[in-house]
Parts: sequence; C-alpha cells; structure tokens
Amino acid sequence: MIKFIARRVFFSIPVLVISSFIVFWGIRETFDPTAKYRTSKDATRLIAEKRKELGLDRPIVVQWWTWATRFVRGDWGVSASTNGKVTAMTSRALGFTVQLIFWGVLISLVVAIAVGVYSAVRQYSVADVALTGLSYLGVAMPPFWFALLAIQFLSVEPKLRWHLDRPIFYFVGLHSTGQSGFNMDYVRHLVLPVLTLTVQTVAVWSRFQRAAMLDVLSADYIRTARAKGLRRRQVIFKHALRNALLPLVSQTAVDAGALFGGLIITESIFSIPGMGRLFIAALLVGDVNVILAWMLVGAVFVILFNLLADVVYGILDPRIRVQ
Amino acid sequence: MADEPLLEVTDLSVEFPTDDGVVHAVDRVSYSLAEGETLGIVGESGSGKSVTSLAILGLLPKRAKVTGSVRFLGRELIGMKDNEMRLLRGRNIAMVFQDALTSLNPVIRVGDQIAEAITAHRVISKHDLSARVIKLLELVGIPNPAERANQYPHEYSGGMRQRALIAMMIANEPDVLIADEPTTALDVTIQAQVLEVLERIKQRTSSAIVLITHDLGVIAGVADRVLVMYAGRQVELGTADDIFYRPRHPYTEGLLASLPRLDRRSGSERLHRIKGQPPSLLALPPGCAFNPRCPHAKHKSCDGPRPELVAIGRRAHLSACLRVDEIYAEAQESS
Ligand SMILES: Nc1ncnc2c1ncn2[C@@H]1O[C@H](COP(=O)(O)OP(=O)(O)O)[C@@H](O)[C@H]1O
Ligand SMILES: [Mg+2]
Repeated sequence: MIKFIARRVFFSIPVLVISSFIVFWGIRETFDPTAKYRTSKDATRLIAEKRKELGLDRPIVVQWWTWATRFVRGDWGVSASTNGKVTAMTSRALGFTVQLIFWGVLISLVVAIAVGVYSAVRQYSVADVALTGLSYLGVAMPPFWFALLAIQFLSVEPKLRWHLDRPIFYFVGLHSTGQSGFNMDYVRHLVLPVLTLTVQTVAVWSRFQRAAMLDVLSADYIRTARAKGLRRRQVIFKHALRNALLPLVSQTAVDAGALFGGLIITESIFSIPGMGRLFIAALLVGDVNVILAWMLVGAVFVILFNLLADVVYGILDPRIRVQ
Repeated sequence: MADEPLLEVTDLSVEFPTDDGVVHAVDRVSYSLAEGETLGIVGESGSGKSVTSLAILGLLPKRAKVTGSVRFLGRELIGMKDNEMRLLRGRNIAMVFQDALTSLNPVIRVGDQIAEAITAHRVISKHDLSARVIKLLELVGIPNPAERANQYPHEYSGGMRQRALIAMMIANEPDVLIADEPTTALDVTIQAQVLEVLERIKQRTSSAIVLITHDLGVIAGVADRVLVMYAGRQVELGTADDIFYRPRHPYTEGLLASLPRLDRRSGSERLHRIKGQPPSLLALPPGCAFNPRCPHAKHKSCDGPRPELVAIGRRAHLSACLRVDEIYAEAQESS
C-alpha cells in the first residue's frame, strides 16, 4: 500500500509541472500586469520599463522557470493590490477553505451514502420516491439562492419570531469575534455554509450511490451471500456496500475541482475570507500573483484529492493493488 | 409411515412477468430426493434448471411468481419468511452457482467468505474457525490452503474458484447440495477434478446432491436418477440406467445422440445435434413443447393436451411423450 501511494505521488509530479506551465502561460496571455500604466503620461516608456523590471520581455519558458523555482521555495511574490506577501495571504485563506471542504465533503459523503443505500434497499418505496424528488430539487436549485433561503428561514426568521438575542445559526464568518477553536460557536457558524456547500453534492452523490447499490444488489455474489444463510444486514453492509462504494469514490475525485470552485459562491455569501473570496478579489483587480497562487493551490488540491480517492479505492478493492 | 423424502418438490411453477408477456420459466416440476441420493437434472440452456433450484431456496427476485410446494423434511418452504428461510440456507440446503467468478465477492478474501458461511449458523472460536476453513479448502483439493485462504478471488484460477465455492457451500455439511452446472465453465480435466470433489463430498458427508447440467455426459456414472427438462417442463424421469440405456422420450434420445461415444465408429456416424431452437417460453406450442423439433411428431395427438409424466410399465420410469406407447412399442416388448 505504501509503495502504491509513493508511486502515485511520484506520478503526480509531472502532472503538476505541466499544469503549472499551462496556468502560467494562460495567465500571462490574459492578464497584463502593466495594464494600469496604460493611461498614464508617457505610457509607452513606462510600460517598457516595467516589462523589463518584471521580466515580461523574456521568453515565456524562462519566465515560468523563474516563477516556478521561487514558488517551490515558498516565495509567491507580492500582491499587486495590497503589496502583502501572497504566500501569507494564501495560507491564511487556505485555512478557512480547508475547514469548509473537510466538513462539506465529510457530511456530503455520509448523508449521500446513507440516503443512497436506503433508497436502493427500499427501491420504489414512498421514502425512495420522496428522496428522489428531493434530490432533483437539490440538483436544480442554484446554491446562492439556497443560501439566501437558508439564511432567511434558519437564521433571520427564527431570531425574529422567538426574539432571540443572537441567531441560532450565524451567517458571517466562521467564528464570532474573540472566539476560536472547535466549540458551539464554531458549529453555529459552520452549519449554513456547509449546508449550502453540500446540497448539490448530496443530491448528486446520493443518486449515484443508489444506482451503484442497485447494481451491486443484483450481482451474483449477493445471491451467494444470501445462499450461505447470511443475515440481511450482513448481505447489505458487508457484501453489497463495500462494492457499491467504488463508483462513488471515483466520482468524488472527479468532482474535486467543482468543489473547490464552488467555494467562491459560498464564501462570498457567508463572508468567509477563504480561497474563493481571495480569488474573486484578485480577479477583479487583475492581481496576477494571487491568481497564479490560487490556480496552483487548486491544482494541488485536485491532485491530492484524487490521490486520496485512489488510496481509498485501493483499500476497498484488492484488485487495484496488485497492478 | 413410509420414510419421508428429504426434499419433495410438487408442481413447482415459476412465472416472470415481463414487458413482452409472462415467461413460464418453470411449469409444474415435481421430484423427490432421498437421503444420500444423487439426482441429475439435464436440459438445454434456458430449460428452467437454475430457476427451479433458486425457487427452492427462495432466492428468486421478488417479481417472480412461485407456486406449488417444496417440502424439506416435511416443512413447506414456498412462502416461508425470509428470516426463517435464512436459517435453512447454507445449513440444510446449499447451492453452488453456475458462474464461480461472478459468484464470489471480489473484495473479500476467499477464506473469510468461507468462514462466514460457518459463522452464519453457529458459534465457533476463531482458532477452530480458521482450522475449519483450511480443512475445507483442503477437502476440495486446493493446494497450500493456509496461504490460499488469505487470497482474493481474482488470484484464483477458474477451477479453484469453483472449488472454493463448493467449499463454501459444504461448510455446514448440508443435507441437500444443489450444484448448478459446476463444471460448465471449466475445461475437461478440471471438470473431472471438480466432479471428483463432489464424489468425495458425497462419500464423506451424507449429503444428497442435485447435479444440474446441460451435458448428459457429466452425470453419467455420478447420478442415481435423472430428470430431463425441456422448456420449463419435465419430460422424462428415471434411474440413470433407464435414461442412458432405455430412454423413452425423443428429446432424451436427442440429448444422448449428441454425446460423443466411444462405442460409436468414428466417421460412420457424426454427432447429432437436435435440430432447431428451443421454443420461446412466452408462446409454447400447444400440446407437447418438443413437437416442432421432434423427429416423430407428425401426428395429431402431439398437438394436445399438454403431456404429463406417465409411468412406463411398473418401474419408476416416467415419460411425458404422448406417443410413448407407439414410438417405443418394440423396445417395450423386449425390455
Ligand atoms: N429474472 C428473470 N426474469 C425473466 N426471465 C428469467 C429470469 N431468470 C430466468 N428467466 C428465464 O427463465 C428461463 C429459464 O432460465 P434458467 O433456469 O436459468 O435456465 P437453465 O438454468 O436451464 O439454463 C430462461 O428462459 C430465462 O430467460
Ligand atoms: Mg442455468
């Protein structure tokens, strides 16, 4: 297993190198750091000077190499808008984002698996039909609208109706001022953003899990398990579920990128200073170094997430390990 | 009271509602099985052999409509609650499935899959359990059983998988072991080995065995009695000698003629295949279902009524041929 992981990590290095080049090139093509000088007097000279200073006149590969070697050493440059160190800005934002993703993915998986298995085992029951309807609703509902509804009905309305001092669930940040760590205050801040983040994933993943489970339940080895005289519970959870988790594990990896991108909406609505908000702010002012950092962190996140999915897959399915 | 049969199947029928109509997969099958007996069930693929056995164990999908009666030691199994039926499965009646590759769980070690069959029915110490698993693997002829128990199905060869499946199903020394085409997917030498394993099990335990196959050759020398099925119906039932040497149904004759035989001069007589295709179970011909393919059927009487198994002479040899008396008149006299 360790060999398997080591190999996967090793193979992800060229992927990162290549994707970092593509990102770098793409951003150099679309964002011009000297754009802000265009309106100044003597623009032509000033821009030429700045281009030389920033190294923009050199070949793209050389520029990329310079940037990449610095990046690896942890020097991600300074922000064009705040002059702050991008490394520090990004790691601070990443802290918030990791929390959201961790809880979002964990809760999505648990709920989606539970719903999927239940619906499959009780196929066409009232509960199954109801859950199917709900999941269509979940898929169709835009997350920002869901977030606004959730704020209204889970936070604002109850506070007004019961004349509470503070809302049950907060919708600004991850902690009240002066608070930190894992406590009730944290949970009350986390509920709404995580709910927003999970609605669509739960809807999609639970459908996925249901289909996989139905597929597995009709497999020959399930019949064998029953023929041995195993209890229904054992047949479902030991024999069926383990096999039925495999497609979801792959799907989760595929959705990693979308999850990372989905943070932009959630973080903006709930004023959480994470990667999503960092990206939006940088995008609006063309803050190249921050955008580059965001892209690279996103790529690393997707790769790590896929690696994790592969490892879980390998643990669940012995056939993968031997290759 | 005469000694009760171990397993008594009476008028067992299975229907599947489908979009195209009702599939009569099994139509009034009856047989009984005595302790220690080996019954062979033969018929072309699609004749309802597997469905009959799955119906006995209550393992058919819910939409299947099962009627008739199956009595195990006097207890009715049809309509029994699943949690009650569970206690009989694997312990009293076990079934080895046709396709060993897909019938083993790919993500669970073979040893654990066998162990589970034991712990489903009794409490046993961990130490005894693993010793028992290794013993079972040894019994079915798997080399290095201790090592093999820790492997996964994909690390086994086809023949070994089939044997592992057998080990799983004999773990509790069942009273009835149903083996559904246990050798079909295997090549000839492995086939012989698997049959040998079944023979050994029969000697070691007192299990009665139902050996299902589409190849009469497989059950020659193994079965005590043989049931021949065609299109979900039974067409002939008799001792192995009756079926092999005194067949009384044109379909059985057809199956026999398609066997390669040593006593047949090569070249002079080619292997016969029964002409035509088995009929659709959605629309069986009236009367005898074998009628369209039967070399003797040029007679009005073959068109109906639906033939039933009828005893031939005094022996327990039954045929469902409507013209059995005419077709086999000479043979009858000489036998
Ligand atoms: N789940 C099912 N739904 C509909 N038809 C089925 C189902 N299972 C089996 N059948 C039909 O029942 C018939 C008998 O099948 P089977 O018992 O598997 O044949 P055999 O084992 O003799 O080859 C076949 O025509 C098959 O198509
Ligand atoms: Mg079959």
